Amino acid sequence: MSIGAEVPRDRAKRLLVGRGRYVDDISLPRMLHLAFVRSPYAHARIDAIDTSRAMALPGVVAVFTAADLDGAVSSWRAAHKLFPTMAAPEQGVLARDVVRWQGEAVAAVAAESRALAEDGAEQVAVEWHELTPVLDGNQALAPGAPVLHRDMTDNLAYETKITAGDVDAAFAGAAHVAEEHFRFHRHSGISLEPRGIIADFEPSESRLTVHQSHQTPHQQQDLYARLLGLPEHKVRVICPDVGGAFGLKHHLMADELTACVAAKLLARPVKYIADRLESFLSDIHCRDHEVHARMAFSREGEILGLHVDDLFNAGAYGQYPRTSIAEGNQISRLTGAPYRHENYRADLRMAFLNKSILGHIRSVGHPIACAVAERLIDLGAAHLGLDAIEVRRRNYLDDDDFPRTSTGGVEFEYLSLNPCLDKALEIIDVAQFRQEQAEARAKGVYRGIGVATFVELTAIGPEYYGEGGQHISAQETCLLRLEGSGTLRCYTGATDQGQGIDTGIQQVVADVLGLPLGDVEVISGDSALCPVGGGSWGSRGAALAGEAAMRAATTLRRNILSIAASLLQKNAAGLTIEQGVVVDTASGTTHMAVSEIARIGHFQPYSIPEGVAADLTVVERYATRDRMFLAGNGLQIAIVEVDVDSGIVMPLRHLVVHDCGRILNPLLVREQVRGGVVQGIGAALYEELRYDPDGHLLTGSFADYLVPMAGEMPDIEVAHIESPTKTSELGAKGAGEAGTAGAVGAILNAVNDAISPFDASIAEVPITPPRLLRALGRF
Amino acid sequence: MSNKLRRIALTVNGEAVEREVPVRLNLVDFLRHELGFTGSHVGCEHGACGACTVLLDEQTVRGCLTLAVQADGCAVRTIEGAGENELMVDLQAAFHRLNALQCGFCTPGMLFSAQELLQANPAPSREEIRDYLSGNFCRCTGYQAIVDAVQAVAQMRHGARHGGRHGAPGP
Repeated sequence: MSIGAEVPRDRAKRLLVGRGRYVDDISLPRMLHLAFVRSPYAHARIDAIDTSRAMALPGVVAVFTAADLDGAVSSWRAAHKLFPTMAAPEQGVLARDVVRWQGEAVAAVAAESRALAEDGAEQVAVEWHELTPVLDGNQALAPGAPVLHRDMTDNLAYETKITAGDVDAAFAGAAHVAEEHFRFHRHSGISLEPRGIIADFEPSESRLTVHQSHQTPHQQQDLYARLLGLPEHKVRVICPDVGGAFGLKHHLMADELTACVAAKLLARPVKYIADRLESFLSDIHCRDHEVHARMAFSREGEILGLHVDDLFNAGAYGQYPRTSIAEGNQISRLTGAPYRHENYRADLRMAFLNKSILGHIRSVGHPIACAVAERLIDLGAAHLGLDAIEVRRRNYLDDDDFPRTSTGGVEFEYLSLNPCLDKALEIIDVAQFRQEQAEARAKGVYRGIGVATFVELTAIGPEYYGEGGQHISAQETCLLRLEGSGTLRCYTGATDQGQGIDTGIQQVVADVLGLPLGDVEVISGDSALCPVGGGSWGSRGAALAGEAAMRAATTLRRNILSIAASLLQKNAAGLTIEQGVVVDTASGTTHMAVSEIARIGHFQPYSIPEGVAADLTVVERYATRDRMFLAGNGLQIAIVEVDVDSGIVMPLRHLVVHDCGRILNPLLVREQVRGGVVQGIGAALYEELRYDPDGHLLTGSFADYLVPMAGEMPDIEVAHIESPTKTSELGAKGAGEAGTAGAVGAILNAVNDAISPFDASIAEVPITPPRLLRALGRF
Repeated sequence: MSNKLRRIALTVNGEAVEREVPVRLNLVDFLRHELGFTGSHVGCEHGACGACTVLLDEQTVRGCLTLAVQADGCAVRTIEGAGENELMVDLQAAFHRLNALQCGFCTPGMLFSAQELLQANPAPSREEIRDYLSGNFCRCTGYQAIVDAVQAVAQMRHGARHGGRHGAPGP
C-alpha cells in the first residue's frame, strides 16, 4: 500500500541542492523590473503626481499612475452573492485620488533593474493632502467618523446575526454566565518568499504568460483575462516553486496586476518581487477582531447558551475575488461548534478602516472561534468548581449526535471529539502535571496547562464561491496519461507549495493502479496544462484533488485491465495490477507488464477489438455535493511556563491529537500540523502588525515583527484518530488548518492557568510581555 | 544613488570569477543575478531571516548584509557547490528522509547553519540545535523535523547523546 506510507517528497531533492525554481530565479530576455511609489500616509488625498524627474533617470523606461492605465485594465469590486448587503467599494490597479492605507501603491516605475526602478520611485513627487485616518472598528463605526469610500455613508462593510433557540431565556436561567472581552490583533501569513510575478506579453498573439508565486493559477488566469480584456485561452499562469503561501497568495493583488498591465503596454517582460517592507505593508493581513462573548452554564456545567459579538476590523477594501467576509463568518458559525448547545447568537459587524486589506490567511477565523469558546469553558468551570476537561466531555457532541447541523449552521458528518480527548489524556497525565505544577509554584515557578478543542473546516464546496458569483473552482479534475512506455503523467488542478500534495496524489494514483511510485509523475501549477481546478487553499488538496485522482486512476485501471483481458482472452474481473504487472488475482500468476499494454494501446491499437474501453488518457472529476465543507477535528494541549517578572511565556510542551480522516502520508501530515502549531504559537505570543496613532505601520521588519524561531519552540507531539469521511471513496478530509486552529486557544488557556495564583487573567493576543505584566498588575 | 563600479576577483564554488560590480550591490544579489547561483534566497534583506546564508572563507555570512565588493579575494560557497562536503550531503539526505523542509526557501541557509554547528559541535543537544538554528526563519515546518534531521546526522556521524526536553527524534 502506498496510501498511508511515509514517503519523502521527490521535489524536495532539488530544493535541497539549490535547484529550486522560484519566480525570482526566472529571468526573461529584455525583462524590466517594477518598483512602486507607495503611500506614506494611512489616509490622504493625492493632489498631483509629477513623474518627470523619474522619467529622466537613465534606465527608467516608464512610470505609470492610475490615469496612465485608464482603458488598459478594469477596476473591481469584492462582492459576494451569499452576502448581498455587503459593501463592495470599487478598487483600481493604482490609487487614483485617495490612498486608504499606508503602503497602497500610487505609481509604478519600470526600469532595467530593480535598483534603478527604486531610484526612479524615489524621484516621483506626490503632493499629498493628509486626511484623518480611521484605525479601528469602534472609531470607524462611531457617528461622525470620516467615511473611507465615496459611495458609502458610513464604514460599516457588513452586519449580520445568526440565532438559534432562545438565547435570552438560556442566559436568564443560567447558574453561571462566563463572560470575556477578547482582542485578537492583526498579523499575517509571512511566507519567507515574498509575493512575486513575471508578466510576459506577446502582442502579435495577444498572449499573456504569467509566472507567479501563487496558489491558484486558474483563478488568476480568469482574473487577468477579464480585467485586461484578453481571451482566457490566451492567458497562461504558471506557478513554479512557491516559497510558502499560507493563504496570502490566493488573491488578486493590485501591484501584481500592475505588472501584467505594464507588460502589456510595454510589450516587454516585467518582473515584480515584493521586498519585506512592502510585504508587511501590502500583503493580505488577518484576524484583527474584538470579540465580546458570554457562555451560560447550568450548575453541573452543561452549556445552556452562547452569545458571540464580533467586531471585525477589516481593511480598506474587501479582498478580491473572495471578499473578506469569511473570517467573520467562520467566527460566527464555528464558535462553540464542538459542543451540544441549542441556544446561540452571533453578531457580526465588519468595518472598513485605513489599514491593508484583510482576508484569508491559514485557518480563517478558526483560531478565534476556538479560543473564545475554550476560554469561556475554562472560566465557567473554574467559577463552578468543576474540572474543565470534564465540562468539555459533558458537552461534546458524541457519536450518536451525528450527523448534525450546528447552531451556527455548519453541517457535521462526524466529529471524533471524545476519542481525541481520550487519546490526549493517554499521552499527557494531567493529574501528574497538576502535582508538578503545585511543586513548581512553591518554588516561584509558574506553569500552566491549556486545552483547546477545535473543529477544522476543509474542502469547501461549490455552494460557497459558485453561488457567490466568483470564478473559483471547488471542483477538482485529474487527467492521467499513460505514456507509451507504461509510465504515467498525472495532471492536477491542485498546487503544491511544499505541503506535499503532489506526493499524496502520486501515492493515491500509484496505489490504485498498482504502479511503482517512481512511475508516476504529478504535474501541477500550470493553467494551460492542468485541468481547471481550484488550486490549494482551505485544506482542499487531499479531499478533492485526491478523490479526483482516485477516480481517474480507477478508470484508467479498468481500461488497462480491459485491454489485458481482451489480449489474454480472460475475464478482467479476475485480473489485477501489482508493481506494474497484470497478474491473476486468485493465483498470482503474472501475465503481462503495464508497459506492454501501453505499447500495444498506443502503437498497435488494431490489436484491441472495437468496443473495449481502451483510453489510456482519462479524465475524472470530483466536487462535494450539498455540503459547504468537510470537517476534521482535534484537540491541543499546551504546557507553558510564565516568567512573572519579565512577562515572557515559554512553551514547554505541545500536543495535537487530530482527525483529518484518511491520512495519505503521515510523514507529511505530522510536520504540516506542527508548522500550523508554530504559526498559531506565533499568533498567540509574538506576531502583531502594530500601527501608531497616525496609522503608520510600526512593524515593518523582522526586528519589529517577531516570528517564532527554532529556539523558542517546543517539540510538538502529534497523534491521530482516523475517521475517514464517507462522502468520498478516499476518505481524506484535509489537514492544513488544524495546527493553527487550536494553538491560540491552548496557549491562551495555559497562560491563564499559569497566572491563576495571582488572580489575574488575560484575553488579548498576542500575549506579549508588556500585556502580560499589565494583566499581572506589574507594569 | 551611486552607480560607482569596482572590479572584484574571487572564487565561487571553487571557480575563479572576475567581475565589475556596482559598489552598492550586495553579495546575494551578485550571486543570484550576476552569476546565476539562485539557490541562495532573499527573504528580508535586513539580515534577520537567514535565507541568504552562504559561506565566505568557510564562515557563514548573510548574503544580504555583505556587499559583493567585500567578497573580493575571498572564497564563496553557495548551496550549489556545497555537495563537496560529506557532512552537507548527510544533512541533505536526512532533511529529505525526515521531511525537514516544505517550500524549501529557507533550506539552503538552514543547511549551512546546521553544517557550521556540527563542525563546531559534533554532538549537540536538541536545545543546542534549536539555539544555533534560531537565526534561520522557517515558516512551513514546525522546526521539529529540522532538529530531528540535524540530530540524526550527528548521531550517525558521531554517536551523539540523546537529548531534548521531550521524546526522541521522529522516525
